[in-house]
Amino acid sequence: MKRVSKLFKGNIRQYAMLIALVFVVVLFQFLTEGILLKPINISNLIQQNAYVLILATGMLLCILTCGNVDLAIGSIVGLVGAITAIMVVTWGLPVWLAILAGLAIGLVIGAWQGFWIAYVGIPAFITTLAGMLIFRGLTMVILNGKSIAPLPETYSFISAGFLPDFSGYDHINILAVLLGIVGSIIFIIGEILDRNNKKKYNFEVSSTTTFAIKIIAVCVVINAFTYSLALYKGIPAVLILVILLVIIYTFITQKTIAGRHIYAYGGNPKAAELSGVNTKKVLFWVYANMGMMSGIAGIVFTGRLGSATPKAGFGFELDAIGACFIGGASTTGGIGTVVGAIIGGLLMGVLNNGMSILGVSIDWQQAIKGFVLLFAVAFDVYSKSRSK
Amino acid sequence: MIDYILEMKDITKTFPGVKALSEVNFKVKRDHIHALVGENGAGKSTLMKVLSGIYAHGSYEGDIIFEGEVCKFSDIKASEAKGIAIIHQELALIPTLSIAENVFLGNEQAKNGIIDWDKTKLKTIEMFKKVELHENPNTLVKDIGMGKQQLVEIIKALSKDVKLLILDEPTAALNEHDSEHLLDLLVDLKNHGITSIIISHKLNEVTAVADEITIIRDGMTIETLVKGQDEITEQRIIKGMVGRELTNRFPKREHTIGEVFFEVKEWNAFDPLNNSKQTLKNIDIKLRRGEVVGISGLMGAGRTELAMSIFGKAYGHNISGRLLKNGQELSLKNIPEAIRNGVVYATEDRKHAGLILNDDVKRNISLASLKKLEKNLVVDANKEIVVAEEYRTKLNIKTPNILQKVGNLSGGNQQKVVFSKWIYADPDVLILDEPTRGIDVGAKYEIYTIINELAGQGKCVLMISSELPEILGMCDRIYIMNEGRIVGEMTSEEACQESIMHCIMESNKEVS
Repeated sequence: MKRVSKLFKGNIRQYAMLIALVFVVVLFQFLTEGILLKPINISNLIQQNAYVLILATGMLLCILTCGNVDLAIGSIVGLVGAITAIMVVTWGLPVWLAILAGLAIGLVIGAWQGFWIAYVGIPAFITTLAGMLIFRGLTMVILNGKSIAPLPETYSFISAGFLPDFSGYDHINILAVLLGIVGSIIFIIGEILDRNNKKKYNFEVSSTTTFAIKIIAVCVVINAFTYSLALYKGIPAVLILVILLVIIYTFITQKTIAGRHIYAYGGNPKAAELSGVNTKKVLFWVYANMGMMSGIAGIVFTGRLGSATPKAGFGFELDAIGACFIGGASTTGGIGTVVGAIIGGLLMGVLNNGMSILGVSIDWQQAIKGFVLLFAVAFDVYSKSRSK
Repeated sequence: MIDYILEMKDITKTFPGVKALSEVNFKVKRDHIHALVGENGAGKSTLMKVLSGIYAHGSYEGDIIFEGEVCKFSDIKASEAKGIAIIHQELALIPTLSIAENVFLGNEQAKNGIIDWDKTKLKTIEMFKKVELHENPNTLVKDIGMGKQQLVEIIKALSKDVKLLILDEPTAALNEHDSEHLLDLLVDLKNHGITSIIISHKLNEVTAVADEITIIRDGMTIETLVKGQDEITEQRIIKGMVGRELTNRFPKREHTIGEVFFEVKEWNAFDPLNNSKQTLKNIDIKLRRGEVVGISGLMGAGRTELAMSIFGKAYGHNISGRLLKNGQELSLKNIPEAIRNGVVYATEDRKHAGLILNDDVKRNISLASLKKLEKNLVVDANKEIVVAEEYRTKLNIKTPNILQKVGNLSGGNQQKVVFSKWIYADPDVLILDEPTRGIDVGAKYEIYTIINELAGQGKCVLMISSELPEILGMCDRIYIMNEGRIVGEMTSEEACQESIMHCIMESNKEVS
């Protein structure tokens, strides 16, 4: 029991949100009489929320740097969607080229914002507020107020497609099941390597039983999840994309020097600078990266919609910011994790989805999400003041 | 019958798991200056927080008797109403408001809810006379020096009819001149019926002005020394504070000084905020291997500016001059380059610029040398732990473990983390800016020992300090700085407090 409490103390907020997520899932599973966790709805949930998760991952880095946010991302999503749609539909360019161009445009826009924030010293709030107006305006100019549709299926594959199965079975997707097993094996090997490494340095490791229980629990969750996907159409392509991004950004933030520099900058910019961290470079790249992530989200969202519209992406920045703060990021920077932001994003997604199934109106959904954000952060403030 | 303005009886204060104060008795006579001394963490600040109501009545045991009346303060407002004012180490002034606005903040001179600015300013000017402050009441607080800001805090307290003034480390950030003025002022206030309690690490000041000295250690009152009855010397006080005789405040060191290793030549720099103002003028200094060199000077002499401008141009505009390391020309364009070339700088402002307080000990130690821990793009977290453990033992950092947030450590241990960070970066030249500021006597000794070890390894140490005894006790050679210039150089044999002050005063004459 002592060990458990110790474990929780370390990162109470993230565990609390994970518990909240599980609670919300169970609650809606019950309220919707089992619809929430039906294979078709799980696929739906993933595809519906992928763009928020992608944006939240990028936004987390911005928030880590002293609680700055990027308000322009919704507009960048719209603009990238519009430009790529024009390239594919109007100009007839190949889809892969349009997607690459979309990423490049996102990166350039991010670099533009990063330049003003890091090298000119304009506060991020102002720069990105300006960006929000500029890029929304440009989107409307480009689209001339009209939508562009239909987008070819190849474009929509990332957001709405499923990984093709190699077996011929109708009722179950073998690839999904296999990927679940492969994922579990990779996880187990990783954990064992890490544990051995710790032993090599004579560090304290958890007991073999605890270790085994943890591994079994995670493997059960992974396989139950992939099995359930297998019962519908298999693995959504966008799930692979999100998982890849989460792995990459968790790796960057937790394991690399760049990640350390981001956290150090967020913790104390002055001390970081005097310790040899190139603080301007950190800020610049965080925003450049956010632009690129917005580009990815733009392509995913446009693909799911099947068309590019002038209002696409409106308000997305708020969803992403909300996800990060619900997931435990600190408003003053330096604290927060990618996984936390993802949990925050999923929590909001499940709430949305569950309430939609129940027939709660969009207006109420909005209000309820607002309350959730407020209470999550209030809980954080409360638990922090108590730990002092 | 002795007239006590304040009696604190059997005060016990416990925090979860720690007994911060245990049956502390503390009596202050009316119209006296009473010094409260003790090592960091001894419980001085806690005791003052109990007194001023920051820890409300009920959260501690024992009685506070102020002016013959048992007081139960629920908050700081309640104690202020009785005439107790506390001035914290970190001043509670609003930098962007004027002096007059700050003085009457929360106590506005208003009529029917409308502030009478003329009255406010008039009253402020009256107050200025009492403390000999010559300023315009409209000047913004951020535009006056630390010494004057301290005076503004005192005026603020006086404007509320204070009877007992508590000052927590009032001279920690002041230069000798401003400190003297402040201490004179306390004596003057005493003669006008205001009792003060000062908490200070600067024992020379304590012995100079205090009428009584209470020493606390480990949350208990050890003794109260009374001027005229007891022996009041720094040695005596230190003995009470640490519980043993500290025979030598500066550890002995083998002086094996090598050849000239690091040189700064014709170094000039301008103020980044005011490009026409030259802050460093034609500076030439030399550091030898294994040598501890001090820079002495008043606040504003340009010592920190010099150090930071050398450290990869962390300060300054339009810097010109040459740096030579081992005879080789060195160009340090930014901080990472300086660190790579073995030149490091430990800041005077540990909390705001030296450490990432919400991060743990190990990450603070590794921050400046992550490249060393990198393997295949990954920071080796296990090796990082090993390194941090190594420095924890080597420098005797007192922390439950290396995963502790540095914000929770005491000043001395925080400074050891800063030292660990820079020692791990493996420098040849260490510039230490006020390395023992805000650190208690015992930890200072440890820091001095570390500095000596570094010099012993053949590194060059450049030490900036406002405490002359420290400069004199530690340095082989001393540069004296004034108004952005080096105005003198002395060996440790030649230097003494008088000769250094004399040198500064002489240079002032030359300028004017």
